[in-house]
Amino acid sequence: MSPRRDAIKNITSFGSKVAVAALPFAFVTLFKKAYGAVPTPAVNDVLNFALKLEYLEAYFYKTALSVPGLIIDTGYIETIGNDENGHIGALRQLLGDAAVASPQFDLTAKGAFPDVLSNYDTFLTVANMLEDTGVRAYIGQATNLLGNQLLLITALSIQVVESRHAAAIRQLRKSRGAVIEPWITGSSSLSNDTGIPSFNANYAGENNVIQNGIDVTTLSSASGSTTPYAVATQAFDEPLTKEAVLALVAPFFA
Amino acid sequence: MKIKNQITANGANLPRRLFLRYAGAGAASVGLLAVDACHKDHKVVPFTGIDVGQGDSGLFNFTYAIKQVEAAFYSQVILTPYTGMTGDELTLLTAIRDQEILHCSFLKATLGSKAIIALTPDFSSIDFTNRLTVLFAAKNLEDTGVSAHCGSGYLIKNPVYLTLAAKILSVEGRHAAVIGNLLQNGFFASTVGSNGLNTNLSVADTLIVINKYLKNKVSAVSFNYVLT
Repeated sequence: MSPRRDAIKNITSFGSKVAVAALPFAFVTLFKKAYGAVPTPAVNDVLNFALKLEYLEAYFYKTALSVPGLIIDTGYIETIGNDENGHIGALRQLLGDAAVASPQFDLTAKGAFPDVLSNYDTFLTVANMLEDTGVRAYIGQATNLLGNQLLLITALSIQVVESRHAAAIRQLRKSRGAVIEPWITGSSSLSNDTGIPSFNANYAGENNVIQNGIDVTTLSSASGSTTPYAVATQAFDEPLTKEAVLALVAPFFA
Repeated sequence: MKIKNQITANGANLPRRLFLRYAGAGAASVGLLAVDACHKDHKVVPFTGIDVGQGDSGLFNFTYAIKQVEAAFYSQVILTPYTGMTGDELTLLTAIRDQEILHCSFLKATLGSKAIIALTPDFSSIDFTNRLTVLFAAKNLEDTGVSAHCGSGYLIKNPVYLTLAAKILSVEGRHAAVIGNLLQNGFFASTVGSNGLNTNLSVADTLIVINKYLKNKVSAVSFNYVLT
């Protein structure tokens, strides 16, 4: 075994406690060189797809924060924006030279949200959609990283942060009068709970209740031998394919 | 809520009062039995080490153990709300409870004959009347569960199961955010580092935390966690 692989083997054996994603990202280079793990084009596609979404989100929050008087919950939005910047850094580290540059963006989505940077509630609804859609994108890509310790830890660690953001944005919307919960809540006839019909495609399939072939409404709950449909839709977020996501966010790409 | 009145331990029927003392949860812990929904048909066997097994079913049992603790915890919280719980808080915590119970039931159903037994929680360290104590415990459980998913997902071999894990992880992130915000407004991403990544935990480090809330401890020998 090569000396580099020995070094890594030793690191990881004293550290089932070592949190890979907490290591400085110089480690990534060592890891990649030791395992000949120049990411495959397929893996690079996954990471660059995620990177594009992160660029969009980061630009969205940064731009909004720069508009005087737009953002009310500055702490929340700064926290979220900082996370997105971190995600960009993490993904660019993994991609190295293969990282794509940031595209240009049109935050009005070609006029669909003309007041996204002048109306805080519009800003929050777009944020709600972007975060939930980002989460679904990451869920959809997880299997492309199957078994890859470094990449999957990183991707899952990013994905769950997007979920945290999604819940937080939903709570902000709720605090301002929107009828919405931190978790995506559907019914047999409704999958889009944002109150914004133009987001229907972003939430397609979110009211799915069949998990691993099991209709989870038939499982027992606190209220009895079955589970309410709403709870069943809340308890699982759903994936979207890369193609679906790119189509949904395309209007934001200038 | 259905409540089991007879719990067997080592084959003997325990009066309910004694069971509650066993579980270390004191007088108001009928809620521990309320997770009947998840534990139906399982014998409760306290004080026995339980191993999660190997491979993907081992990882699902690992998750199932975490979920059993979470479901039992939130069931207790809803049964005996802390002093000063607002209507909004009750709504949020009830929703989390319901989702955790469903995760629990789902994992049990998916595991089938490979499922570990019903575990006996130990919440003796938690004063359920105290809002901060309860919310700190909730945060500990949610953050641990989230970090566990992040840190162990790469071990999953079957892509179907990995997708399921990612779906559940996503909802746990929402729970963690809500609990963080209940503790302190804006605290929804408290375990996120400066690189925007959530912390991650190995199976072993997760079980060190989870076992603190269990009478019968869970091991994961094939994932390098042995009970000492």
